[in-house]
Amino acid sequence: MKTICLYFEIHQITHLKRYRFFDIGTDHYYYDDYENERTICDIAERSYMPALNAIGEMIRDNGQMFKVAFSLSGVGMEQLEMHAPQVLEKLQELNNTGCVEFLAEPYSHGLSSLANEETFALDVKKQCQKIEEYFGKRPTVLRNSSLIYSDDIGAQAAAMGFKGMLTEGAKHVLGWKSPHYVYHCAMAPNLKLLLRDVELSDDISLRFNNSDWEGYPLFADSYIDRIARFPEEEQIINIFMELSALGIAQPLSSNILEFIKALPACAKDKGITFSTPTEICMKVKSVGALDVPDTLSWVDEERDVSSWLGNAMQREAFNKLYSVADRLRIADDPGINQDWDYLQASNNFRFMTTKPSNVGLDRGIYSGPFDAFTNYMNILGDFINRVNALYPAEIDNEELNALLTTIRNQGDEIVYKDKEIARLHTLLAKYEDRSEKPAAKPAAKKASAKKPAAKTTAKKTSAAKTASAKKPAAKTTAKKTSAAKTASAKKPATKTTSKK
Amino acid sequence: MKVLMFGWEYPPHVYGGLATANYGISQGLHAQGDMDITLCLPRPFGDEDRSACNIVAMNAVPIAWRDVNRDYVSQRVGNIMDPDLYYRFRDHLYADFNYMHVNDLGAMEFAGGYPGNLHEEINNYSIIAGVVARTLDYDIIHAHDWLTYPAGIHAKQVSGKPLCIHVHATDFDRSRGKVNPTVYSIEKNGMDQADCIMCVSELTRQTVINQYHQDPRKCFTVHNAVYPLPQEYDAIPRPDHTGRDKVVTFLGRITMQKGPEYFVEAANMVIQRTRHVRFCMAGSGDMMDAMIQLAAERGIADRFHFPGFMRGKQVYECLKDSDVYVMPSVSEPFGISPLEAMQCGTPTIISKQSGCAEILDNCIKVDYWDIHALADAIYSICANDSLFNYLKEEGKKEVDQITWEKVGAWIRTLYLRTLGWE
Repeated sequence: MKTICLYFEIHQITHLKRYRFFDIGTDHYYYDDYENERTICDIAERSYMPALNAIGEMIRDNGQMFKVAFSLSGVGMEQLEMHAPQVLEKLQELNNTGCVEFLAEPYSHGLSSLANEETFALDVKKQCQKIEEYFGKRPTVLRNSSLIYSDDIGAQAAAMGFKGMLTEGAKHVLGWKSPHYVYHCAMAPNLKLLLRDVELSDDISLRFNNSDWEGYPLFADSYIDRIARFPEEEQIINIFMELSALGIAQPLSSNILEFIKALPACAKDKGITFSTPTEICMKVKSVGALDVPDTLSWVDEERDVSSWLGNAMQREAFNKLYSVADRLRIADDPGINQDWDYLQASNNFRFMTTKPSNVGLDRGIYSGPFDAFTNYMNILGDFINRVNALYPAEIDNEELNALLTTIRNQGDEIVYKDKEIARLHTLLAKYEDRSEKPAAKPAAKKASAKKPAAKTTAKKTSAAKTASAKKPAAKTTAKKTSAAKTASAKKPATKTTSKK
Repeated sequence: MKVLMFGWEYPPHVYGGLATANYGISQGLHAQGDMDITLCLPRPFGDEDRSACNIVAMNAVPIAWRDVNRDYVSQRVGNIMDPDLYYRFRDHLYADFNYMHVNDLGAMEFAGGYPGNLHEEINNYSIIAGVVARTLDYDIIHAHDWLTYPAGIHAKQVSGKPLCIHVHATDFDRSRGKVNPTVYSIEKNGMDQADCIMCVSELTRQTVINQYHQDPRKCFTVHNAVYPLPQEYDAIPRPDHTGRDKVVTFLGRITMQKGPEYFVEAANMVIQRTRHVRFCMAGSGDMMDAMIQLAAERGIADRFHFPGFMRGKQVYECLKDSDVYVMPSVSEPFGISPLEAMQCGTPTIISKQSGCAEILDNCIKVDYWDIHALADAIYSICANDSLFNYLKEEGKKEVDQITWEKVGAWIRTLYLRTLGWE
């Protein structure tokens, strides 16, 4: 029995504002609030809401038969939270029907999978957490930004515990093979691969309203007929697209929603079902490994990463951005992490492409690739300055990591000790209660609150002991580093101590 | 196909951009194979390249009858014109012009270039054109720029052959809208009489349509091109500025039309933020003193240099020594100089108000008044090697594809359409 796997991407970037090089070092806010609000509201109104309403109706009308999957980028969700929360509410409502699956993807919609494994893992983890918060279920299937995939990325996804991954059914990878089967990653046999049917997907997302196209007008029954006519063994039809294809790329006036709504009924007639990616990954066995040594994506004719990293400027921007990835992960500064998410979004690199493309590219405020590059590099210049200013440059990543780990461990230790002190105090209080000495209790409590860094052994609290307890904490770091560095390391160390 | 072409200047005696364009167009047309071009010039020197066209020296064409023998003619004007042609012209006098300042050959002298009595010379040129037009055989007339429009009209009236005029610039570009009425009337009259108007850019075409009220159906855009760099210039090495001061160059007439003040202001913004950039404003013009003063007022004179007027090889040495070439023209009908900079491998920033912006992709385009964008672009090229290298390589590749042969083919098509032969 054939089954259709319908999947929609929901992603909008945080638009960068016009940022001149004079602003470097003086202005640390990089975003165009007006443009962000305008685009997201416009898209929500013209595309997301009508499309999701239509999908809601389809689920209602077809019972449990119609199923659909979404993936939301973290930055896109932030935009929706701020300017169009009704979209998220609607998604939650759809989630309650049980016919909807949410997939994992990098929070930033960035290209970290091509640059830095740990950053990528964190990026995905962050999005998974957010999805779980909203929809109560941790995603089990991953789709990378713009369906970017290679064997290495597949292996990493498997290591991260994903059951399956979505990617492009690109001709140059498949060759004579059909995308209508489940494959598995060549380097990780447990990771199933669902491949997008390029033609069927693009018929809807790119050509539906094109009256010059020979398939125009496209009707649901003939569309489903085409699927039904595939050989009996070809059972998995993956139709992936951006949700904004319904309403923006193909205007609502083209009746695209009526087309989508008619799909389940037509499919039912032909005995075709709908499935979510997880269902397919659980039920269907892989027919073989798929070798993807070179990275592929769902963009442009080449289906590779050339629209983001095709020219030297894009590569310079990319390399500069990810050159601070490790530092950033170690430093883990909330403000900087937020900018990091927004700057990573692959769209920023797409604006710099110099490739001719048959799909129209809206460059937003930029008049051309050079303009986009200049603006991005200015912002990146400021951002990297800020990252470098977090900690002295002469401490390299490894050393910094060691220092910060020590500080964190000490923090943990202190928390643990605090608890221990509190426990022992209550214990002590109980004993004292028993020995009928209530007067001593409040005095002991007060003293303990003052001396947080005291050791477990410090049952008897005295001012002299607290001071000495602080020293060994700093000493551990001092062992590893030279005297000059210890000074800088001590500062945060003592800070954490004083906070607790 | 025989073309009677009216020009004003021609290499190697260059006064402005018109000479280069005229040379390119004749060469491009000649490359089509079936073109027979006769080019009339007011005052040729005899050392012009005659491979593409026959040059008629207008200062040796008689307009009054003189009984002179062949040897004398040969001795007087033999270096610029065939004596037989002199006698052919003398057989086609159409009025008695003895009241004018004619010389011993019955011809009129030209100062050449753009002298003070330009309007008088334009008039004389058109009188002589009457003789030429009656003598020679041709299918179509092609007049370059407003100086030769009256001659073109005269030739058209005499022969009834179609007139094409080539608009290299209009007075609207030169004067920022405050036109000289005499020039405007000559331009307008030429356009009214023309059967086909070739404009060097869409920008110019729109000016012709809107300011001169011409029928859009007879206005066509014929973009200019550029000749490959001669070996001698191509071989000039590009100095490596890595780790040293970058050089940003403005090269052209320092006049209102070219927007030099925007360059100074942008330079000021860049210098305030970064010290490793120097600016160079090459050329001369009526606003030069004002610009020197402006640079001094801004306090950037130590990093802002005025090397003066450059010619020949100096131009290319200067371009090759630059990391950025800037042309912030307020209104530029076409502007060949950015193309030359790109040939030298110098990344180029041009104003969106330049005609060449229509055909160039691998350069940065900004509004001439947007000094922030201009400064940002300059800084970006100086600070990011990838952008510099990309513009350097792709710019050169792009400009190598823009050839006069392609322009010639397009003009030939327009001739055929005008003649109704196609």
